[in-house]
Amino acid sequence: MSILVLADLHEGQLAGATAYVIAAAQQIGGDIDVLVAGEGVQAAAEAAAKLDGVSKVRVADNVVYAHQLAEPMGALLVELADGYTHVLASASTTGKNVLPRLAALKDVSQLSDVLAVDSADTFKRPIYAGNAIATVKSDDVLKVITVRTTGFDAVGDGGSATIEAVDTVVDNAQSSFVKQELAESDRPELGGAKVVISGGRGMGNGDNFKLLDGIADKLGAAIGASRAAVDAGFVPNDMQVGQTGKIVAPDLYIAVGISGAIQHLAGMKDSKVIVAINKDDEAPIFQVADYGLVGDLFEFLPEIESKI
Amino acid sequence: MKVLVAVKRVIDYNVKIRVKADYSDVDLTNVKMAMNPFCEIAVEEAVRLKERGVATEVVAVTVSPKAAQEQLRTALALGADRAIHIETDERAESLAVAKLLAKVVEEEQPGLVVLGKQAIDTDNNQTGQMLAALTGLPQGTFASEVAVDGDKVNVTREIDGGLQTIALTLPAIVTTDLRLNEPRYAKLPDIMKAKKKPLDVKTPADFGVEVASKVSLLKVESPAERKGGVKVASVDELIDKLKNEAKVL
Repeated sequence: MSILVLADLHEGQLAGATAYVIAAAQQIGGDIDVLVAGEGVQAAAEAAAKLDGVSKVRVADNVVYAHQLAEPMGALLVELADGYTHVLASASTTGKNVLPRLAALKDVSQLSDVLAVDSADTFKRPIYAGNAIATVKSDDVLKVITVRTTGFDAVGDGGSATIEAVDTVVDNAQSSFVKQELAESDRPELGGAKVVISGGRGMGNGDNFKLLDGIADKLGAAIGASRAAVDAGFVPNDMQVGQTGKIVAPDLYIAVGISGAIQHLAGMKDSKVIVAINKDDEAPIFQVADYGLVGDLFEFLPEIESKI
Repeated sequence: MKVLVAVKRVIDYNVKIRVKADYSDVDLTNVKMAMNPFCEIAVEEAVRLKERGVATEVVAVTVSPKAAQEQLRTALALGADRAIHIETDERAESLAVAKLLAKVVEEEQPGLVVLGKQAIDTDNNQTGQMLAALTGLPQGTFASEVAVDGDKVNVTREIDGGLQTIALTLPAIVTTDLRLNEPRYAKLPDIMKAKKKPLDVKTPADFGVEVASKVSLLKVESPAERKGGVKVASVDELIDKLKNEAKVL
């Protein structure tokens, strides 16, 4: 078994998700190489070399891989995939964008959002918004897999893998980067936060989301939102937790003014402890909440902030 | 230019699914089916491109059992001009669907192909990317804005942490995110008119594509149930429980 992991980058730095993907790769077993591709990614490669379980880090540092556009990344992976039995990436927007291209070009299927490894060819993945878990077996010669990071525990960083440069440079005349607008926040990243507090339509408007700030600051929490709150324009969509947004599994998830639609539950029901605050005591969120508080969130939120 | 839009028939998004007693799959008998929500957004975007004079013709296509003609008629009622049904009763995985769509792209030569970013049943999020790879066309996935400008298209994509805008040469493949648009409802006269619009039926064999996949579904089970929790009477009780019972504060 020989596994290639595509490293996740965030603004050129190694993203936390990679350590979870390597944990999944260790469960498959075999040699684990990490590919760091981008522009100016030497620091990310050095960080990847420290992750436990990595044999070798391969670095493709070239302007053509800047912003990890799908076309050059797909072409690069096709060049490098020979000799590997598995290619893994996190189920981030980059992994989801790039890996299916590799799979199609190699004429193999892709397994998306894998949350458990049964063996080197058999995996578990959620279907129907997480309302069913499918066990699937792949007989393809190359297994192309995106990993749902919340299904695994991150590996540590006591490793010392070798770093080698990849000289492969591909052409890309089809796509180019124009601009990006990243939401700025001092809070922990939603996907990796230990505590998440989310607001829904019950928050009433965007200004009221400020009521969550004080609690989030005290708990070191990330702030999320339901799709209803995003669609109503209260908050930007990168805060959305759910089937079509981020999947989170923190130690504590606090749902405020969120009814608990199937699509939202798909994004948070693996949290260790769920607290629901809602004025409707029939709201479906109470069926998954460990602790429910029925009543007016505008009274409860300031009280919680003052008492924690 | 011609716009090709791919649609999928799936279980209605409001339905609470049941796993079959023998764990072979999800039970779809007598369950309400509908067009995949991301596909509705794709159809709406294609129709808007036509209304703006960017697209000259909108062709809807699906790979699925016979019953999916209902969803193709829906696409026609929403404004597509004609439809292609590639009929198969086999479980068509993303790769097979992408191969069939690639053949349709080769035949129809569209300037733009629009698909949903994922189907809400398999949750794969693969077909558009695979189609782009197989046709050698560039891709703009998870699009929340699509702006055709001459022989290029600017696609604003929803990425982790925010938005990214990329420019693609046409022809190109675009997959839709939820915020791209708000799909319209089909009006009764349009539903009646849609019944007269052309709908070609083909089979995977017509294109020489094998639908069978090397991935087999061994088992489908319900996820671990969360046990019902308790309601607390006050903020003090909540904080006490979180500190002393759940030990998360």
